[in-house]
Amino acid sequence: MSDRESLFSKKNLSLLSGPMNSNNPITVQVLGICSALAVTAQLKPAIVMAISVTLVVAFANVIISVLRNTIPNRIRIIVQLVVIAALVILVDQVLKAYVYDVSKQLSVFVGLIITNCILMGRLEAFALGNRPWPSFLDGIGNGAGYGAILVIVGIFREILGSGSLMGVRIIPESWYIANGGFYSNNGMMILPPMALVTVGVIIWVQRSKNRKLIED
Amino acid sequence: MMENLLNIFIKSIFIENMIFAYFLGMCSYLAISKSVKTAMGLGIAVIFVLGITLPVDYLLENYVLVEGALSWLGPDFADVDLSFLSFIMFIAVIASMTQLVEMVVEKFAPTLYNQLGIFLPLIAVNCAILGGSLFMQQKAFNNLGEATVYGLGSGVGWFLAIIGIAAIREKTRYSNIPAPLRGLGISFIITGLMGIAFMGFMGIKL
Repeated sequence: MSDRESLFSKKNLSLLSGPMNSNNPITVQVLGICSALAVTAQLKPAIVMAISVTLVVAFANVIISVLRNTIPNRIRIIVQLVVIAALVILVDQVLKAYVYDVSKQLSVFVGLIITNCILMGRLEAFALGNRPWPSFLDGIGNGAGYGAILVIVGIFREILGSGSLMGVRIIPESWYIANGGFYSNNGMMILPPMALVTVGVIIWVQRSKNRKLIED
Repeated sequence: MMENLLNIFIKSIFIENMIFAYFLGMCSYLAISKSVKTAMGLGIAVIFVLGITLPVDYLLENYVLVEGALSWLGPDFADVDLSFLSFIMFIAVIASMTQLVEMVVEKFAPTLYNQLGIFLPLIAVNCAILGGSLFMQQKAFNNLGEATVYGLGSGVGWFLAIIGIAAIREKTRYSNIPAPLRGLGISFIITGLMGIAFMGFMGIKL
């Protein structure tokens, strides 16, 4: 890559848009599923998680990319873990200070960003071999692709499971059986296993639209 | 005492299963569950590492990290609170423990080492290990024994889950699944169904 290349050249933009669809970290690369599912029973924690992961991936990518020529190959995993862990501690402290209730809800999953495979995966696959700016875009793109799935799953689970969105009621109270209506929440959507089934269905929809991704 | 340990053990295997209740270690769970044999190797390695790192993390937590834990160094350290460092300390312990376990197993049990092969180093970034440590921190166990048993139980739970999915995936090879759902998609849905089945254990009061 030449130094003259513009900041938003086509190649750089594809780093941003690729992970949203054909190279999505969750549905295609199978990275970062652990934390993706446990925090999506409601939309708000899902969004907070998505933003946290995006920031950590982007900055970890930049830091590793800046250091890439000085890190000895043998100890690179440890160096990566230290960089990631330091960033995650920052995120954790900020969340505790400003959105304490969400931070309680996310419980251990903020800490688990450290072992989120998206981070190690992107650092190994991209940041170690690329300049800081593309690495930053790659981080933002992958974080956003991860976030998109989290938000979609969060929307479905919160509307179907509790009839609200971001804590705001969507299904009118008068529809509920308790108030003489006909409707009842699907309590199953709140249970953890339904997150897996929802992601399974998202993969199904994505692959029927994009036939290239089908496995044999 | 014995009863209490047994409770923690059963609870961490079935009720608070790492995979089905918390989705920890899903990445390797999905990637390495194509055949029962490799799944078995990885499962045993996870039990091994969880059983060793959790007690070490427990000691670290209670004698170095929590507020007042350093008081054994002298009265000056009595109100030092290092708990914000726990992520970085735990991950360091996990990375070095996996390395240590790898070396010990290679030296004393070469056959086991050959079976586990590449899985041992991979475990350092398995979320189940760090997740186990963080849950252990949250649950605030009373003594070292409880933490060890919790680690072993979580490992066994993870082992059972990966063996289960691997066995089912071997069978799905012969079934007629819609093309876009093949591979990853159906694995997610099967895991979801297994999770619902495991929720049946939730009613057990221990």
